Amino acid sequence: MSRISLTVLAALSVVGGACERKNAPAQSAGQSGGTPQGVSSAPGQAPGGGVHAATPGEPGTPAASGGAGTVDGDTILIGEVGSLTGAEASFGISTRNGIELAVNQTNESGGVKGKKIVVRVYDDQSKPEEAANAATRLISQDHVKVILGEVASTNSLAMAQKAQPAGVPMISPSSTNPKVTQVGNYIFRVCFIDPFQGFVMAKFTKENLKLTRAAVLKDNKSDYSLGLTEYFTRKFTEMGGKIVTTEAYSKGDTDFRSQLTAIKGQKPDAIYVPGYYNDVGIVARQARELGIKAPMLGGDGWRSEKLFELGGRSIEGSYFSDHYSPDNPSPLVQKFIAEYKAVYGSVPDSLAGLGYDAARVAIAAMKRAPDLSGSAIRDAIAQTKDFPGVAGTITLDENRNAVKPAVVLQVEPGAKLKYITTISP
Amino acid sequence: MADFLQHLINGVAAGTIYALVALGYTMVYGVLKLINFAHGDVMMVGVYLGYATAFHLGRAQSSFAGILLIFLVAMGGCALLGLTIERFAYRPLREKPRLTALITAIGISFALSYGFQLDYGPLPGAAPRAFPEIIKPDEWLIIGDRDVVIWNWQVISLLIAIALMVMLQYLVFKTRFGRAMRAVSFDHRVAALMGIPTDRVIAGTFMLGSALAAGAGLLYAIKDTSVQPLMGLYVGLKAFVAAVIGGIGHVPGAVVGALLLGLVEEFVVGYTASSWRDAVAFGFLIVVLLARPTGLFGQVAAEKV
Repeated sequence: MSRISLTVLAALSVVGGACERKNAPAQSAGQSGGTPQGVSSAPGQAPGGGVHAATPGEPGTPAASGGAGTVDGDTILIGEVGSLTGAEASFGISTRNGIELAVNQTNESGGVKGKKIVVRVYDDQSKPEEAANAATRLISQDHVKVILGEVASTNSLAMAQKAQPAGVPMISPSSTNPKVTQVGNYIFRVCFIDPFQGFVMAKFTKENLKLTRAAVLKDNKSDYSLGLTEYFTRKFTEMGGKIVTTEAYSKGDTDFRSQLTAIKGQKPDAIYVPGYYNDVGIVARQARELGIKAPMLGGDGWRSEKLFELGGRSIEGSYFSDHYSPDNPSPLVQKFIAEYKAVYGSVPDSLAGLGYDAARVAIAAMKRAPDLSGSAIRDAIAQTKDFPGVAGTITLDENRNAVKPAVVLQVEPGAKLKYITTISP
Repeated sequence: MADFLQHLINGVAAGTIYALVALGYTMVYGVLKLINFAHGDVMMVGVYLGYATAFHLGRAQSSFAGILLIFLVAMGGCALLGLTIERFAYRPLREKPRLTALITAIGISFALSYGFQLDYGPLPGAAPRAFPEIIKPDEWLIIGDRDVVIWNWQVISLLIAIALMVMLQYLVFKTRFGRAMRAVSFDHRVAALMGIPTDRVIAGTFMLGSALAAGAGLLYAIKDTSVQPLMGLYVGLKAFVAAVIGGIGHVPGAVVGALLLGLVEEFVVGYTASSWRDAVAFGFLIVVLLARPTGLFGQVAAEKV
């Protein structure tokens, strides 16, 4: 414990020394992830303000920059909000890595309009209220040009409410709930939306697996889960399937036996669990333990290395819809996988891929935009068409959503994912 | 019928774990009139101690000696942690207004649950982890066509929980330490005048409660297989409710309250809409408190610990 307190003390003293201004230092938010972004992407270019001042290497420089991170000559500051701690930490960390990779590659090849890009990352602890706070900080204090994030739709919604009135363009890499981009014309996403994802799994269940009786287990605290449940239920029923029961849990639960016992009594052919990996893994274990043999189905929230660890052998044989498959032979995808692996040591999951895509869409838009005002960047993002993303080609429609196909993957023994099929809109 | 039996088993399993955690709340409240909100997080630390021990034992983790060692390390480590927290956070505030200690307890709770989300050195990081299968799962009893399945670890967990509760009961009612504890809970100033070393008794109570929490945490981790640094907040809240239902400060009351809470939650989910679980569980608390403001057993002052 003494090590932590020492680290915290050291960090605090550096921050305290560096920022004598009224803006309080980041309450450990940005630091807890230990992000070296400001340093690695722009060595020697201290952006000024709270978070990066805590990096021990450059304690003296922040005073040089004008405001708390406004455009200071030769850098462009963009913001990111992610779940670096909390229940969905795996999402935030993958996304951050993807964004970091895209930004580093851009800076190595000359940056945007001759300026380096610097990312300021804030942790939202997987909580919507923290996500809203972080977005406010990025907008009013750091004056970022673009905001990237979040993964969980509930958190992205909270951020969008702040970004829209401030006129700061925001791109969510992977929030699939339709409500996110409905907040306003400054909010974009580079992934498909839940009505489509619900349709994909309904179609796959009915036509590919030829199953007709499905049960649903949803997370009552998640906009993502509720949305998927609604669209899956509607499409599956339209196609002639039957939802035998819908049970619910609350984010943070770890005992799903009562819901599963109730589901078991209805004898479904398949169980749709549109939750996040941290819940799904345990659900799978407890379902098998109770003797439920029906396959489990889910959405892109399943995608994490942690799913295999938490679900063990119980999750094998289950299917979920996702944005991309690492088996895709496209040179663009394989090059991304190789570069990602070289830096982070693991195969990127779809969230890393979407983070990478979101950052590249933002960067391309800033390159195209006549100037770096919020409205100019917004207009440039809105014109994104046939952009070659690693998680599918991105064309933004009039509702600022990406239209692209989904893949269905199956969990195989040995923590592997098998590509099953692609379903187009 | 098979459903009913399965729900009953699930409810009792959840209830016994709430009970072990609730005992710690209730004992500390008994001696100090302090609601130790850090209790759930001490449980979480115990789980990670067990996780680390199991990890170091490797294959030996699922032998009898291995399991014993895991429990001993976790419970011993948490007893020390409880002692430290009491000594440095609560004892200096003992004569201050009660609210001061309560706020400190909440502070410690957050320090532990968020501190453990850092991943430097031995700290585990935020992501959930799968707890190792220290009891190799095996079907102990199957009824019908797998209508009801009882697993060996469910039986073993129940036995461990009962053994811990029996040991506690013996300690509180049959030993000198237990008598001292009950005296302090009755009135710690008078107890001090009678020559009882109150500081030592209070420290001992914290150690005992923390060790029980670690044991409960391990049973919880065996049952639900996923561990993460925020787990203590959720379990702690439920156990606290259980202690209040039973009458806070009352040892058997905490056990009864916890079992009731576990069963109510289970049957609400099983036979009504699952979204109602927490609403009904906390509604149950309100009904109990309306009918008996001191909890189910709260009035029997003579048995207070």
